[in-house]
Amino acid sequence: MQLAMWTYEGPPHVGALRVATGMRGLHYVLHAPQGDTYADLLFTMIERRNARPPVTYTTFQARDLGGDTAGLFKQAAHDAYARFKPEAIIVGASCTAELLQDDPGGLARALDLPVPVIPLDLPSYQKKESWGASETFLALVRALADRSLTPPPREGRRLTCNLLGPTALGFRHRDDVAEITRLLSELGVDVAITAPMGASPRDLVRLGAADFNVVLYPETGEAAARWLEKTFSQPAVRIPPIGHGATCDFVRAVAAITGADADAFLAGPRARLPWYSRSVDSTYLTGKRVFVYGDATHAIAMARVAVEELGFELVGLGAYNREFAREVRVAAERYGLTALITDDHMDVEAAIAELQPELVLGTQMERHIAKRLRIPCAVISAPVHVQDFPARYSPVMGFEGANVLFDTLVHPLVMGLEEHLLAMFRDDFEFHDGAGPSHLAALTPSTAAHAAAPAHTPDAAPVADDAAPHAPPANDAIVWTAPAEKELAKIPFFVRGKARRNTERYAAERGLASIDVETLYDAKAHFAR
Amino acid sequence: MEVAAAPLSLESQAGSVAEAPARDDGCAVAPAARPVLRERGQREVFCGLTGIIWLHRKIQDAFFIIVGSRTCAHLMQSAAGVMAFAEPRFATAIIEDRDLAGLADANDELDKVVDRLLARRPDVKAVFLVGSCPSEVIKLDLSRAAQRLSARHMPNVRVLAYSGSGIETTFTQGEDACLTALVRDMPVAPADAPPSLLVLGALPDVVEDQFKRTFDALGIGPVAFLPARRARDLPAVGPNTRLLLAQPFLADTVRALEDRGATRIDALFPFGAEGTSAWFEAAAAEFGIAPAHVETVLAPGRDRARRALEPARRQLEGKSIFFFPDSQLEPPLARFLSRELGMRPIEVGTPYLHGTHLARDLALLPAETRLSEGQDVERQLDRCRAAAPDLVVCGLGLANPLEAEGLTTKWAIELVFSPIHGFEQAADLAGLFARPLARRGLLKV
Repeated sequence: MQLAMWTYEGPPHVGALRVATGMRGLHYVLHAPQGDTYADLLFTMIERRNARPPVTYTTFQARDLGGDTAGLFKQAAHDAYARFKPEAIIVGASCTAELLQDDPGGLARALDLPVPVIPLDLPSYQKKESWGASETFLALVRALADRSLTPPPREGRRLTCNLLGPTALGFRHRDDVAEITRLLSELGVDVAITAPMGASPRDLVRLGAADFNVVLYPETGEAAARWLEKTFSQPAVRIPPIGHGATCDFVRAVAAITGADADAFLAGPRARLPWYSRSVDSTYLTGKRVFVYGDATHAIAMARVAVEELGFELVGLGAYNREFAREVRVAAERYGLTALITDDHMDVEAAIAELQPELVLGTQMERHIAKRLRIPCAVISAPVHVQDFPARYSPVMGFEGANVLFDTLVHPLVMGLEEHLLAMFRDDFEFHDGAGPSHLAALTPSTAAHAAAPAHTPDAAPVADDAAPHAPPANDAIVWTAPAEKELAKIPFFVRGKARRNTERYAAERGLASIDVETLYDAKAHFAR
Repeated sequence: MEVAAAPLSLESQAGSVAEAPARDDGCAVAPAARPVLRERGQREVFCGLTGIIWLHRKIQDAFFIIVGSRTCAHLMQSAAGVMAFAEPRFATAIIEDRDLAGLADANDELDKVVDRLLARRPDVKAVFLVGSCPSEVIKLDLSRAAQRLSARHMPNVRVLAYSGSGIETTFTQGEDACLTALVRDMPVAPADAPPSLLVLGALPDVVEDQFKRTFDALGIGPVAFLPARRARDLPAVGPNTRLLLAQPFLADTVRALEDRGATRIDALFPFGAEGTSAWFEAAAAEFGIAPAHVETVLAPGRDRARRALEPARRQLEGKSIFFFPDSQLEPPLARFLSRELGMRPIEVGTPYLHGTHLARDLALLPAETRLSEGQDVERQLDRCRAAAPDLVVCGLGLANPLEAEGLTTKWAIELVFSPIHGFEQAADLAGLFARPLARRGLLKV
């Protein structure tokens, strides 16, 4: 029994809902008690969808438990088919219904509905949202894909591929799909089917007719891609095209399948990121210490962008989905780091507080953590928030995605000359570091404390637990002299925490009882990079 | 819009029609034999756990531990946006596979969770163990766990238990269950104690303070509120305790207090100028306050509320409104909108209709208004579309889809999370209904 204040992932049936809601013509009959319908608001409010998710909840109550919950399920499935006339139905149980062991799959089959009924087995007390989405998509593909199909002869036609993995409520999936579809088209490849998002059950029947697959999001698409590879011998491109380098690699991988000339294609300028990063204004980005955390795919990709494309120094890399822990560990080792694999946000907060990075790239939770620790932050991964569905076109994949990432990763920082001015005139009464970057709105804890969903608490009165930042405890044994403390205050806030820790470590290693100004600068010289 | 309420073709519905429960207090308002459409099917409502969102802000020294699943945790963060809090005073003890293997283990695990929490949060003086659907289904006895833990942590920390599960409670019924748990711990007031007033239902602090001032001016006292801002500040209850309901969803709390001798004051609910006036007047009558004095005290607030309601009345008069069930606040709000703003309630849906507590409010609803209890959301959506109301009050899952269909909606949840009671908030309450219509008029996109 784990006490959780907050979770990075919902239960697995929410993953199934993301698949169903992304698709067309599919209906989900979910054996669930009253209250589980909250999941609808994820789609209608956070993603601003203009239609209800295609799901029927059986809504059993305590008084049904001794009676016929199975009958309730059959009635709900029957009514859902009659009302919505879907092309296919998925059936399953939420956490409470799982305990009832009513066997939704068997009950639904007994109804003998004139459409495919696909049972889902998503163990709620073991697995989580991404796994649920992946498993649901795989179940649909296995049940619906016509195994007799093969791609038509290649001569005289453009090649085709399937885009696998995008779902409802995905981080920038809407725009990523548009961007990669366009990129593939320029490479001479037509997208046959994008799935689950945008596909109907009938579309899934034809998956085998494409020449190859592109796995955009391994968390939700890899299991299906592997099955398709085995069943249809369809090769798969497995490089998430996030960042300029990864997109170039993606283009080369596609070209290797299609026989196109990747070098010619990549010869011209495709994105602004490379020049923006090389231009002298970006010099100040060099060596900024960055902490990256999110889902495995976005975290790994963002680490590469941060290091190779912006010249940051990676000080931490982690992910919350254990299913992809191996990949994250391998990536972290490349940067000489140990990966942080945890789904406890308190662990993540402790790691960030300890490392004192200058920039955090994370989820909405890391945005809150960074705000408390007064560290700039950009959101690069699900779980999503209403702000992660911007009105404008804003992919993170492909060449336009690389441009978006340049802006996203640079925007939170204090810019170029401003950083120098802050260092030069630390006691300026207007232009002090407490004021924050001049191009960003002044943030105070009260104005910045937005909720994830559009709900409000009844009383906005500040209470003790709103404030308490989890500042790393200072080393009690070592005393800072007043002049050293004053000198430390002159160091800009975004490196002050790191300077304090380094100096204390330096003093402790040397057995010093107190830190004076000399110690501060000795430590600075010692840790100079 | 000139759409009258769709004719009731009740026989064709799955729901049953029944008479509203008979009134049992013999008050002067003529009892209206009003049919109630009772339906069951898919419900588009929150479970009782969501009450924790406001209860944990109201009861400032309490921590709420939901004993539930990942779904419960996900519900809470989705509904509440808890990331706004550095460390909220609620969390979910997530039941895992190994907990399901044996109940003894689950109890040990729970003890560990509570011990760890209290070690880290010495400011917490009360812990609520909140039951969920899975904990109820596996019959985890949280009351017994609370007794065990209380014995271990008293006098520093009191541990209580209630169920906010979706199989037993709908949205605001979670508060009812929480307050009922508190009633069990309330001290006994002696039989010869002077009459005292207990106001029931969590109110925003600003409203509670206003009400306190008015009771003082009326000369009613002592007055206590349940819940109080500190979980340990529990008033005594006995035969001379008079109950005044600020919220209509507290059936079990009232029953528990009545079992301990308290008596309920029958009144309109304090929404709008009329409702607030009647609410105070009922309390004043119970405490034998001279009507002339009551009028002197209430008149300024009531007149101010009436004046403040005028602009909203100009916007809302004649407009039709359709309530999907959400918080049980629907009947008294419909009464306010109909009587003071001239709106036409077509259907007033509520998760649960307490005929006795709501008798006065129900009696003031227009005869043609359809009352419905429970929900089959698909059928109710059919009725709503057919009625084409000017304004639909519904949950967050339905609002955007209905807007996309061309209807104008008001999020029901805002009615629970905003100060809406009393004279000074009457215009704010009206504004919540006027704003969506005003916005629709403003936008040229």
